[in-house]
Amino acid sequence: MAGQRMAGLKDATAIVGIGQTSFARQLPEDERTLACRAVLAALDDAGIAPGEVDALASYTMEETDEVELAKAVGFGDLTFFSKVGYGGGGSCATVAHLATAIAAGQATVGVAWRSRKRGSGARPWTNTDRQLPTPAQWTRPFGLLRPADEIAMLTRRYMYEYGATRDHLFNVALACRNRANQNPAAIMYDRPLTREMYMTSRWISEPLCLFDNCLETDGALACVVVSRERARDCRRTPVHIHSAAQGLPAQHHGMVNYWNDDPLTGPAWTAARHLWKHADFTPQDVDVAQIYDAFTALVPLSLEGYGFCGRGEGGAFTEGGALEIGGRLPLNTGGGGLSEAYVHGFNLINEGVRQLRGTSTAQVPDAATCLVTAGEGVPTSALLLTK
Amino acid sequence: MLTPVTDTDGAPFWQYARAGELRVQTCADCDEPRFPPRPCCPHCQSFASEWRQVSGRGRVWSYVFPHPPLLPDYAAVAPYNVIVVELVDVPRIRLVGNLVSGPGAALDSLAPERVRIGARVQVVFDADGLPQWVLERS
Repeated sequence: MAGQRMAGLKDATAIVGIGQTSFARQLPEDERTLACRAVLAALDDAGIAPGEVDALASYTMEETDEVELAKAVGFGDLTFFSKVGYGGGGSCATVAHLATAIAAGQATVGVAWRSRKRGSGARPWTNTDRQLPTPAQWTRPFGLLRPADEIAMLTRRYMYEYGATRDHLFNVALACRNRANQNPAAIMYDRPLTREMYMTSRWISEPLCLFDNCLETDGALACVVVSRERARDCRRTPVHIHSAAQGLPAQHHGMVNYWNDDPLTGPAWTAARHLWKHADFTPQDVDVAQIYDAFTALVPLSLEGYGFCGRGEGGAFTEGGALEIGGRLPLNTGGGGLSEAYVHGFNLINEGVRQLRGTSTAQVPDAATCLVTAGEGVPTSALLLTK
Repeated sequence: MLTPVTDTDGAPFWQYARAGELRVQTCADCDEPRFPPRPCCPHCQSFASEWRQVSGRGRVWSYVFPHPPLLPDYAAVAPYNVIVVELVDVPRIRLVGNLVSGPGAALDSLAPERVRIGARVQVVFDADGLPQWVLERS
């Protein structure tokens, strides 16, 4: 190939391996062991030996560090390693960092992973010593304690401004649960959800009820990224990283985004502008979406941010089965964080890969393009995956 | 109950609050108010700022009712309201707080149905200088 191609990420790299542990409220093994299992499973899926790995990426919240992982599973010499902040906002960025490093020649085989015992461990918000002075001093004393409270505040305002309803949020919860009911690996595989259950469930932070909140899960996942050329020799059909972006908007404040001109426009909008600028297709061409769903309300916001509908139309977009298989935009086809597993969104990446391989348990026929997003409401990231 | 863990930028807000004053950090060069407080002005990059008193009148911008699981002190009064107040004097400056029946009253002291978006509220301060909000008399 001539060396005339403009430097860039577009289709330069591919995900060639995915791996994961089982998911449960509690798993007996520790996070480090789970990380090793997920990483080795992903490398085996790719047909790549651990000794060939030279790049790593994960979350700043990941407790298994590069040294521990590398010496346990037998990686080679590492020349690139990166960690991304902001919890679930970093999920897609781990893959984006590897793709960037590989496209730039800094590495050849990259592994991204997340291992977390969120089911067994303490809820992060209960550790009040770890709350940063900014912005917690402005919120915690008044009892705005948890991510659910912070997002509920934006949700109430969103419902007030645009007429979004609890039924719209239920549509999100239901689509995820219906896909989980097709996915034997999902925690909610054998537990259907009804509107009656949703509408009568207990509140967590009004207007968010139990079913608007993600699961609390133990589990680990990983994926393997290599160059487009290298991908041809791997065991599985490559899934190309067509476009990738991070997003931290001007004057953004994280989940307590109450202090700028337009609190209901979040990081998704910033990531989306970059994502689509470098893509050969538009939101209307996306066959299936894996949208970060720590809370149902993040989905209508993300639908707007990534350009599937106009401002304020995210609630209405969910009507008429739009998010179900056969709808306008099949959503979170493994069950998502709401009903498969909550591992900071990494399961959304692996499910995106399965859709483009044609191996999902809720396969969208002939899916060729997939949007994967990280957490909205925090500095975020996103990927466009293609066959 | 949690007390504010302040930082260098935020400390003046709490000092004034203990004196019963609601003040907002404002750029001394371009007059642009900013919240939360920070070292320099995002509009003109000036490091000069002053703390200007505001009337303490506002409108409820949004609200939630947290339910357990919560930290024990908060679970004991749950469900309670948490509101975001948009200040009348400085639009787009919004403060998180609680709508209560009077100064020093508990987080759950006001009937939930009285909390609504757009309600006019006025700041008061509890015995520790924590800002609280009461409904303005109409």
